[in-house]
Amino acid sequence: YAWDANEEYLFKAMVAFAMRRYSSKSTTQISNVLLCNVTDRVSFWFVVTDSSKNVTTVPGSVVEAAIRMNRNRINSAFLLSDKTLQFLKITSTLSPPVEPSTPVWLIVFGVVLCLIVAGIVFLIVSGIQKHKKKNKESTERENLEEKVEVTVTLENGLPCEVLDLKAGHINGVFAADDERFTSL
Amino acid sequence: LSAAPETPKEDGRPKWDNKFQYILSCIGFAVGLGNVWRFPYLCQIHGGGAFLIPYFIALVFEGIPLLHLELALGQCLRKGSIGAWNTISPYLGGVGVGSWVVSILVSLYYNTVLTWVMWYFINSFQEPLPWSVCPLNENRTGFDKECYESTAVNYFWYRKTLNITPDIAESGTLQWWLILCLATCWAIVYLCTIRGIETTGKAIYVTAIFPYLVLTIFLIQGLTLPGATDGLVYLFTPNLNTLKNPRVWLDAATQIFFSLSLAFGGLIAFSSYNPQKNDCEKDAVTVATVNSMTSLYASIPVFSVLGFKATTAYWDCLDRNIISVINEFDLPEKSIMRQNYTSWISFLNSSHPEKIAGLKLKSCDLQEFLDQSVSGTGLAFIVFTQAIILMPGSQAWAILFFIMLFSLGLSSMFGNIEGVFTPLLELQIVSKSTPKELLSGIICLISFLIALCFTLRSGSYWIDIFDRYAGSVPLLVIAFFEVIGVVYVYKIKRFSKDVKWMTGRKLNLYWQITWRFISPLLLLIVFMAFITLQMLKPPSYAAWNPKYEGFPMKEEKVYPPWVQAICVLLAALPCVCVPLVALFHLIKQKRRSKDTSLVSPEVFSCQGTNS
Repeated sequence: YAWDANEEYLFKAMVAFAMRRYSSKSTTQISNVLLCNVTDRVSFWFVVTDSSKNVTTVPGSVVEAAIRMNRNRINSAFLLSDKTLQFLKITSTLSPPVEPSTPVWLIVFGVVLCLIVAGIVFLIVSGIQKHKKKNKESTERENLEEKVEVTVTLENGLPCEVLDLKAGHINGVFAADDERFTSL
Repeated sequence: LSAAPETPKEDGRPKWDNKFQYILSCIGFAVGLGNVWRFPYLCQIHGGGAFLIPYFIALVFEGIPLLHLELALGQCLRKGSIGAWNTISPYLGGVGVGSWVVSILVSLYYNTVLTWVMWYFINSFQEPLPWSVCPLNENRTGFDKECYESTAVNYFWYRKTLNITPDIAESGTLQWWLILCLATCWAIVYLCTIRGIETTGKAIYVTAIFPYLVLTIFLIQGLTLPGATDGLVYLFTPNLNTLKNPRVWLDAATQIFFSLSLAFGGLIAFSSYNPQKNDCEKDAVTVATVNSMTSLYASIPVFSVLGFKATTAYWDCLDRNIISVINEFDLPEKSIMRQNYTSWISFLNSSHPEKIAGLKLKSCDLQEFLDQSVSGTGLAFIVFTQAIILMPGSQAWAILFFIMLFSLGLSSMFGNIEGVFTPLLELQIVSKSTPKELLSGIICLISFLIALCFTLRSGSYWIDIFDRYAGSVPLLVIAFFEVIGVVYVYKIKRFSKDVKWMTGRKLNLYWQITWRFISPLLLLIVFMAFITLQMLKPPSYAAWNPKYEGFPMKEEKVYPPWVQAICVLLAALPCVCVPLVALFHLIKQKRRSKDTSLVSPEVFSCQGTNS
């Protein structure tokens, strides 16, 4: 909307309203609010006079306090915000950011931790079960394999491992490559 | 001769499910946080596209040969780092012990960095993001002073996350929220490494591939942001003059070396689970190439986002100036826009110079904003988080970004933990019946307890110390001894035969030359240059001190003597293992017999280690 004389009238009315609410006196009139130095950028100075005290101006601190108290009403009258309607020397009281009762991060953390602990417990338990099964199986197999193991690895009365370690020559004809053996 | 009922190499050693798992684990270990937050920074400060030249040269002459050496070594000897070096020569066992110590030290502090990532991740689920707004001060008339003077992201990082002290000597208390996150991170590491490569092999499918997905998403998003092209042009414009500065070459060499995670013992551990007849030469080239390509690929979205951030900051600067000019001259709104700002300013300067001077307008220069380069944690937790706030749908981007960082770091942690775990399993300090789950649990628990000191208020200063001293110089020393050990102690002829047996091809001239001469020489030069540069300036750190006059700039402080002693200890401890173990063996050998040959008898070779 464009700034014209009607808007100025509304502004004077809002300031008068703020003064009335703040000091609880019903004596401030719209004519008590004076605007001066109005520029194109829509910035101006204003003073509030006190008609009961013979044309003196109300102290600035009182006006500031009154406006601060009613800031949101003034803003909404003009459909503006603290950023777009600026009163020099009146800093706005900022509203704190919304803080939920339990911090959100604790909830997320709890979810993550539960998942991980569940995974660890699952893996440990499955490991223990596998271990028990393997133990049972190996004791059964050991009895069968004992006899077979003794004969397999002897060559000319010497175990194969000893043959490998001694500084003997490997006969290329017989034990050439591993490819001769079928790979599993 | 009776045919063996099983394959000759059946020794109960765990193995990879398939080759892809192994390659993916190596790639995951090599590709880490440094690819995202160190390489783009180096590219930017060292002349953009021109940096790729020393980087590529370092890759070819230092990175790939050393990588091939480690992979071949582990695959041939089928043991972790300590066992492998003990097998090559008991005098060189110290090299393995050194890598083992470095792996421990690095695991400790690396997981704390992941703790910070996790903290940011779980805080990304809020609306608005907690690092986008400053908290209010007591009478709610303005913002908290520390936050107001720096920025909201800085405040969230230094105060809400780290709660940092102004000096490293003031330790402060343990921060409970960081302890919770640290416990979670170590629990995740335990979950993934609980049975060694059986479990990491499954986890790596997710942690190694997911970052590439997210990088692609960020790439697409980043390129659509305004100002992205400025950032990319700035990054890749080659400035060949920088190549005259030896610092650039040093940085390229160190970046390649640390980026490939060499000398940790983790790569030796990974390849020791391979079947012996595996083409390690091709693997090495693949892993190194993928690592470098990833660095390049990651720098594109990083720099699009940084360009976007610089452009937004530039626009904000312009807007602030425009508001003050309009206020001062009472001009109507929208009379000065960003496009005609400069013409207006020159016009007003000619007509009312004293008013313009009185306004004290900040000069807004896009180049200056682009020049503000950061690397490391500053890039991720300050610069990038600030850019994320500006994007639409910031929660989703934040969540994606931090999950990506977490997976990048986690896959590197797997390699570190394997480097600690595998040698312990082989040292046989625990009996065969103790389950692996217990051993990995003990390792994770002890590491968690020690890493609690990083959750003190001064923890981030200590992490910088560990990063600078434990994770840099010892690796160079160990890698140097690795190459010398294999080439001159084990003798390269034997090693060539082993590699030929494993890959089926003769070692070509490139490997011979690089292994014999170029790589050790390069390592020596890099080591000397590194040490010299460190010695030149007294070890100092940048402290965050709200009471400093130059705040929000950081205060430069010198380390107190006791901290300097710890730095030296950290750097020296792994290196000193090498001569100590050699000395220990020399004494043992002198006492036992007169035979002081360096290497075990002639018959030993790769093919013979069937047990």
